Amino acid sequence: MENYPLYQIIDENGEWVNKSYEKELNEEKVKEFYYHMLRIRTYDQKGVALQRQGRIGTYVPFPGHEGAQVGSALALSENDWMFPTYRDHGASLTFGADLDRMFLHWNGRIEGCLPSREKRIMPASIPIATHLPHATGAAIAEVYKGTDNAAIAYFGDGATSEGDFHEGLNIASVFKAPVVFFNQNNGYAISLPIEKQMNSETIAQKAVAYGIPGVRVDGMDVFAVHYAVKEALERARKGEGPTLIEAVVIRFGAHTTADDPSKYRDQEEINRQKEAKDPLLRLKKHMQFRGFWSEEWVENIQSDIRTEIESAVVKMESAPTANTDDMFDHVFSEPTWTISRQKEQLGLMGGNR
Amino acid sequence: MVMSNEIIKTKAPSQSLTMIQAITDGLKTMLESDQNTIIMGEDVGRNGGVFRATDGLQETFGEKRVIDTPLSEAGFVGTAVGMALAGLKPVVEIQFLGFIYPAFEQIATHVTRMRMRTLGQYHIPMVIRAPYGAGVRSPEIHSESVEALFTHLPGIKVVCPSNAYDAKGLLLAAVEDPDPVLFLEPMRLYRGSRVDVPTGDYRVEIGKGTRVQEGNDVTIFAWGAMIPLVMKASEQMKKDGISCDVIDLRSLYPLDRDLIADSVQKTGRVVIVHEGHETGGLGSEIISIINDTSFLYLKAPVEKVTGFDVPVPLFSLENDYLPSTERVETAIRKAYTF
Repeated sequence: MENYPLYQIIDENGEWVNKSYEKELNEEKVKEFYYHMLRIRTYDQKGVALQRQGRIGTYVPFPGHEGAQVGSALALSENDWMFPTYRDHGASLTFGADLDRMFLHWNGRIEGCLPSREKRIMPASIPIATHLPHATGAAIAEVYKGTDNAAIAYFGDGATSEGDFHEGLNIASVFKAPVVFFNQNNGYAISLPIEKQMNSETIAQKAVAYGIPGVRVDGMDVFAVHYAVKEALERARKGEGPTLIEAVVIRFGAHTTADDPSKYRDQEEINRQKEAKDPLLRLKKHMQFRGFWSEEWVENIQSDIRTEIESAVVKMESAPTANTDDMFDHVFSEPTWTISRQKEQLGLMGGNR
Repeated sequence: MVMSNEIIKTKAPSQSLTMIQAITDGLKTMLESDQNTIIMGEDVGRNGGVFRATDGLQETFGEKRVIDTPLSEAGFVGTAVGMALAGLKPVVEIQFLGFIYPAFEQIATHVTRMRMRTLGQYHIPMVIRAPYGAGVRSPEIHSESVEALFTHLPGIKVVCPSNAYDAKGLLLAAVEDPDPVLFLEPMRLYRGSRVDVPTGDYRVEIGKGTRVQEGNDVTIFAWGAMIPLVMKASEQMKKDGISCDVIDLRSLYPLDRDLIADSVQKTGRVVIVHEGHETGGLGSEIISIINDTSFLYLKAPVEKVTGFDVPVPLFSLENDYLPSTERVETAIRKAYTF
């Protein structure tokens, strides 16, 4: 643990731990971080509410992860690749995914899977850790093409037990691929606590095995995450290879809306920690301390965010019904005869409704 | 040796090649014609592959295009997915088909699904090459013929050539295909014989089988290393006055429904031969196509000669496992005399 100290720029009270970035972290920049964190938290609350009302399917909440997701996403360059999991829609939205398509995704619609036409944001990977080699491959391809684009892969603590975690990091390290492996360690893989997941003290130390830098940051400190990811991306673009970043966070809520965390952990204790460690609260305290905080400003952005989210929900709910043809038409570039025949057979029976 | 119809038609300059040489030649043609194509796999670089399929290619095209990967099937197939997303066209070599299992998750959850998941915005133009089948006295897990695991998976095509001409033509068609293709290479036929193979670029269409011998009494469906075997059996049958219509299906997904129907409707009697396990094997799928297209033409129940529902045994028993000419001849007689 002492070899991998928790990197912080501000502490739980919002006060400086490390003033190296004070100048760069001016009012505009700090407000940008807060805006995005508030935006994805508001979106998340809407997601849970829509699920409770039966207007979308199972939803994956991420409160507690906002600092990690916003800090990392805002470190990326325009043409970088993002390979998220199903809990990283906060990062996807911050990088540029479309809100209405994100809601469509939670509503069981394929249209929601590819969140952006402008940005290289891949669909959330459901199979754990399988997208780490994808990030490696995309990064190697960028080098092959002679660009300086990089890739970032998001994954949780449980993913580090999967073979694809090892294979992705190993190959990336051998080929010095410009990729950042961004771990959000929230201490639980659904119900399994980290001490039953692994015998190592930290995730960051696993980097030693691959001969790459391993960095452990306070994932509730948006600044610390941001600069750790930024520096890793700079190293990557210089041809110095991948970095493993462990952002330590707390998942305040359930694994999904279908999960009851009180079955496997002391939720009261988590709620107490939330009061003390909430990344939004921490940034608010920092802004107050630096004189950047204004209730009027927050009310304004909150109101804009609500309007944006409500209009995305309207767009999601007014989307034309799912097209049965989509199921058949995108398996291959041209449907094979078996698929054409099946599509025709379903058509003869009047579709699926 | 068996020759495809196309060979007779072709007038292009050609050379006499074994199947493994034709595969190398196909890969070379690919690397020459498209800068975005790359080869990846275990020992494919300096060593030229354990079967020498990539012999000399790294020397000619460099380490950036012919890439030795760590021993990591899930890792390099997954890496190839990322490369494909970013616009490259990776051709990966799985050293033996039995080594594909670690990569199965990548194939089943990403390679085959990315196009549908993104409504066509992204696709995976990947070719996965794998030496396939038993009969060369290999260790355990080196003799698998589990094509049916992959023909069952939506989103990937599966092909299996039986000769050098088809090998190169199908390989180049697989490379050109915008979707994933599993390219099975019957190890037993790598160096068994030579045929004339055009020196340039040509395609053997995926989805089309070929009639390797015209006959009227009994249809035989087979592919890969079973083709020389069924040809031998059908020669024997000629002595008994039975003529066999021998079809090399060579494209296992999609199957050539029209050619299957065409032959069955001519003969009314069918023997299907494959070295993969019987239950859930492709033989059952072919019977299903016959059922759909040609039920009233049948004069006898369809016979199957296949590998058994047992793991492919160590090589002291592999000839007991594999279909033999005797088993094929017995099945032909049974279908003929029903």
